[in-house]
Amino acid sequence: MLELRNVSKVVGRDTHIGDVSLTLSHGSLNVLLGPTLSGKTSLMRLMAGLDVPTSGSVWLDGKDVTGVAVQKRNVAMVYQQFINYPAMTVYENIASPLRVAGHDRAAIDREVRQAAELLRLTPYLDRKPLNLSGGQQQRTALARAIVKNAGLVLLDEPLANLDYKLREELRAELPRIFSQSGAIFVYATTEPSEALLLGGNTATLSEGRVTQFGPTIEVFRKPNDLLTAMTFADPPLNTMLLTKRGNRFELDGGLSLPAPAHLAGIADGSYTIGFQPHHLTLAPADDRAVAVKAKVTVTEITGSESFVHLAVADEKWVMLARGIHNFEADQMIDAYIDPRHLMVFDSTGRMAQAA
Amino acid sequence: MARIDLDHIRHSYGPKPQGPADYALKEVHHTFRDGGAYALLGPSGCGKTTLLNIISGLVEPSEGRILFDGNDVSRLSTQERNIAQVFQFPVIYDTMTVYDNLAFPLRNRGVPADEIDRKVREIIEMIDLQEWAQRKARGLTADQKQKISLGRGLVRSDVNAILFDEPLTVIDPHMKWVLRSQLKQLHRRFGYTMVYVTHDQTEALTFADDVVVMYEGEIVQIGTPDELFSRPKHTFVGYFIGSPGMNVLPVALDGQKAQLGGQTIQLPAAPAGKPAGAIELGIRPEFVRVGRSGMPVEISKVEDVGRYRIVRVMLEGREIAAILGEDEDIPADPKVSFDPAGINLYADSWRIATEG
Repeated sequence: MLELRNVSKVVGRDTHIGDVSLTLSHGSLNVLLGPTLSGKTSLMRLMAGLDVPTSGSVWLDGKDVTGVAVQKRNVAMVYQQFINYPAMTVYENIASPLRVAGHDRAAIDREVRQAAELLRLTPYLDRKPLNLSGGQQQRTALARAIVKNAGLVLLDEPLANLDYKLREELRAELPRIFSQSGAIFVYATTEPSEALLLGGNTATLSEGRVTQFGPTIEVFRKPNDLLTAMTFADPPLNTMLLTKRGNRFELDGGLSLPAPAHLAGIADGSYTIGFQPHHLTLAPADDRAVAVKAKVTVTEITGSESFVHLAVADEKWVMLARGIHNFEADQMIDAYIDPRHLMVFDSTGRMAQAA
Repeated sequence: MARIDLDHIRHSYGPKPQGPADYALKEVHHTFRDGGAYALLGPSGCGKTTLLNIISGLVEPSEGRILFDGNDVSRLSTQERNIAQVFQFPVIYDTMTVYDNLAFPLRNRGVPADEIDRKVREIIEMIDLQEWAQRKARGLTADQKQKISLGRGLVRSDVNAILFDEPLTVIDPHMKWVLRSQLKQLHRRFGYTMVYVTHDQTEALTFADDVVVMYEGEIVQIGTPDELFSRPKHTFVGYFIGSPGMNVLPVALDGQKAQLGGQTIQLPAAPAGKPAGAIELGIRPEFVRVGRSGMPVEISKVEDVGRYRIVRVMLEGREIAAILGEDEDIPADPKVSFDPAGINLYADSWRIATEG
């Protein structure tokens, strides 16, 4: 079990990591999700022991390892750039951590072949990395991380430099590989869809702080605050500042939405409502759906779905509609909000709760 | 802006190409119409960057000609072709301000100062760097620098074409949405001829009017996003576009029926003629219905990815994927059926025409 207890990292006047507490268990896959500069790499460096926290402590299996150098910990890392030894064959690349650890020849051979099989590298064991595709090079780096049999494996945007389809394949394989080793896996990504496809647990990061940590699908469906909901939305979350009056949320001179039943009792005042683009629809999804007049700015079609970009009052919203819809720019349409999926945040950004 | 004709272009990086395998780009004969937005989409090594470099003049093709509005530009340099280019990584002057970086290509061409100012302000607003306008580019983040590169590509309106080589790879997902829709709006407004290389299907499909799908040095299909989705001409297109890609199953044909192991599938129409070769049925996960009627299956895995679930089932010994909406249920004794609208047939990987 890896524990971060109130860990902060301050460099000069910049807080890179601010008071992070996390507990990660063996055999688990943990996604760090956040935009560039949100602290994902800084947090991984603290977990690995490449950096020492300014305050707080790091515990591994009940032992305080704060300040213990990375060499003395059992950690494997894979980066966005494929890092292999160019002069060595794929076989030797995978074998290298085992040779360093002084394993015997038979054990090395067994481990290398097993990892190669798992990562589908068997036909390429005699090749040099530079004669391989990007996907094969990154699989070589992953295989080396696997044979190292590290207790902690840190993957920093490992698929970012790969082709879309290769990413899809490796992303499907990684959870299987993870589940076969007992290690603690940490995986950094900027992409919400990648976190959802990987599953496991997700910690959302914003400006060096973990805004929420829990099972991935739960964090996505039930964010504690607006920041988490926005971090975990792609296309971006649709939001609007509304005033609650009695049992309705209203925009002066416009939109009026019924308050979800469980929130009928919260105080009147300003709230930010938010909802995912697929919960804005062209036809009412439910008889409680509320129509909103919206102006189309641009439509993007992916083949099976259309992303309709809309201007509603002063907000920019995106609708993810099934099927192909070719709206003209500036055309007015009715968009329906499904009130069942409405998220309501108070003025501090916390998810509103009935008292 | 110009029409671009690719006249029987072939390219080999080696000196003496013998057979088709020696060509990084097999024959390309195609017209990009004036004011069209095109995406070149395919995996690495498919030839898409080679083709873009041939259009820009960075690579001289081994064979064939390239014409801008009917004029042969095959031997002209990139500069002489008068095109704008945006690359994967930022190409800007670190010591100049954001404003001057954008004004530079215009000043070079002797554009009047008031017009430069108007144009630069418009672009700065588009890339949302107003607050940084007078700051040196040096201190900016990687994605801010890339936005400047993008702006530089768009600042001149007298170019023949704007070429993009994976321009959004280093941009965060949220910013990608903004920039992509702005590119599209700009295209609508100014009618630029744009060619955009990417391996990301979402980028290609949302950006382009027509997507050129490339595979092993060849164009396998040119079509609208709708055509590529509903009528993939080659099983590679079915696989590469869509996530997960199209399910492809070996079948035997019998008139308007397809035989998949012990199951019979009714086809929307009989295939035209007598197709020969390996026959396969393609059906996208979006058209596979999971319910109480149809062919019995065993569920091997369900992945909840938020707004839908990917259900992997075993059908006649093969794993296929189905997409299930947020509110749909999986019955205890699941069966699948194929929506006829989503069925395509293939002979040796190429789509078979159907009757009617």
